[in-house]
Amino acid sequence: MAFLTAHSLFAGYGGANILNGVSIDIEADQIGVIVGPNGAGKSTTLKAIFGLLHVSEGKIALDGQEITNLSPDKLVHHGMAFVPQEHNVFPTLTVHENLEMGAFVRRDDFTHMIDQVYTLFPPLKDKRRQPAGELSGGQRQMVAMGRALMVEPRLLLLDEPTAGLSPLYMSEIFDRIIAVNKTGVCIIMVEQNAKQALKIAHRGFVLASGQNRYTDTGQNLLNDPEVAQSFLGG
Amino acid sequence: MNEIVFFINKVVIAGSVIGSIYAMGAIGVTLVFAILRFAHFAHGDLMALGAFFAFALTALMPGVGTAIGLPTGFVMLPVAMVLTALVAIFLDHAFYRPLRENNVKPVVMVMASIGVTLMIQGLIRLFAGTSARNFFFAESKDIFRLELPFELARRKIVITEPQILLFLFVSAAVVSLHLFLTRSRLGKAMRAMSDNPDLARVSGINTGVVVWTTWVIAGGLAAAAGTLLSLDVTLKPDLSFNLLLPIFAAAIVGGVGQPYGAIAGGFLVGFAETLAVFNWSILLRPLAPVIPDWIEIPDKLAFVPTEYKLTVPFVLLVAVLVWRPTGIFKGKVL
Repeated sequence: MAFLTAHSLFAGYGGANILNGVSIDIEADQIGVIVGPNGAGKSTTLKAIFGLLHVSEGKIALDGQEITNLSPDKLVHHGMAFVPQEHNVFPTLTVHENLEMGAFVRRDDFTHMIDQVYTLFPPLKDKRRQPAGELSGGQRQMVAMGRALMVEPRLLLLDEPTAGLSPLYMSEIFDRIIAVNKTGVCIIMVEQNAKQALKIAHRGFVLASGQNRYTDTGQNLLNDPEVAQSFLGG
Repeated sequence: MNEIVFFINKVVIAGSVIGSIYAMGAIGVTLVFAILRFAHFAHGDLMALGAFFAFALTALMPGVGTAIGLPTGFVMLPVAMVLTALVAIFLDHAFYRPLRENNVKPVVMVMASIGVTLMIQGLIRLFAGTSARNFFFAESKDIFRLELPFELARRKIVITEPQILLFLFVSAAVVSLHLFLTRSRLGKAMRAMSDNPDLARVSGINTGVVVWTTWVIAGGLAAAAGTLLSLDVTLKPDLSFNLLLPIFAAAIVGGVGQPYGAIAGGFLVGFAETLAVFNWSILLRPLAPVIPDWIEIPDKLAFVPTEYKLTVPFVLLVAVLVWRPTGIFKGKVL
């Protein structure tokens, strides 16, 4: 059984279901990328996995343990962390305090993790006494990822980490995501920039109307003419 | 010279006293708004309730203060603060939390807090009646008259023991609050939750504990403000009514959700009030020889008569909302 399995999830925001049987599975050392058109249920899938949304049908298991509909703060204890797409830093807290808040659930010494975050994201070290709200979009994204990494998660969920970033910062963030993955963190992310994201994906999931359309390695999806034509803009 | 001493007594000391009271009340209002996103109208009643707790304890054990050498009401303050904090947590559990869990609009929370206001006021009147009470029924209030080292100054600076205790308490409270918010794990979590409650939850911050802490600080400071004000003057059951507008004005003028703004706003409103009711002819009279004859200095020359003091925070509030809705410290917009 895979490290994370989400099996045919049904979920919605009160009204009609957004997810109509989405399944996601990934191994512990992989990067998974969820792509698809607007309204396909990409972000909703992440939120359902992280307990931010009630799953009405389906089952989610992490490392063999069922975690369906557990609350986010419990999932943090299970080694999961989530970076929302927007409003993902504490703007009036300094960079350093943002990282400390990421480690809120830890009662042990986490200074080595702060050092590791500064090694992964060198620009943050110079700005550690600055309020996170004053940083550029790309640096804020780094703070957001660093905050999530403080619990040393086994699974990191990223909701559109490059949204609104310049192409330069985009590839920088992708490089950082690969680096985080190399430290042994499983990553599932939702991306608008499907082509670049699938290049770094061990597994790609193409969703449409809340269902899986194609599931394969990122490279195979990129090479598949059918996927390219319908979902990656030719 | 005497006029300046008069000014110090009537404006500097009186303004600092009332500013300190407003600041402590406004910190509570602003923290509750920062964490729970609603205007807690029953805050003035927590102040009154705290003062009544302190008074009840003083009436039960009137001799305690004399033994220690401090006013009994002040000695009882920590107990009153704890009791008021417990009441605040109880109010949250009984009335505000069920509404919060049903995701009601903020205005519903505000209405609920007005209901709580009426309940607390009713309870206080039921058990304590409507008369004003003096904390110093069994002991004397120490009054210090400080002479200035100038020959011309015949008047003395007058300051009472409760006022000195108030200044010491406020300084200690502000420093502790600052250290708590910037150094402690829970204090930082409070600022984090004020910044972004959803992200706080996603980070695994125990938001329930943060809410409790907020009520403990707000309730404790409310009790302290109510008690220290009543020690300075007398304890009146309508204390909450007279304090509510100034403390909300202070919180908004300082920037809603900003604890340092609440402190600044509290002193600003306090000094604005005392300056507005100050009789300026007293300062003008010594200048009579240089002022042309056709200008007559009236006996009383204040911007606002004392009985209309409450209009000052109101005008200040309107001015801030018109020209700088975020307040001095760039708070949240209501």
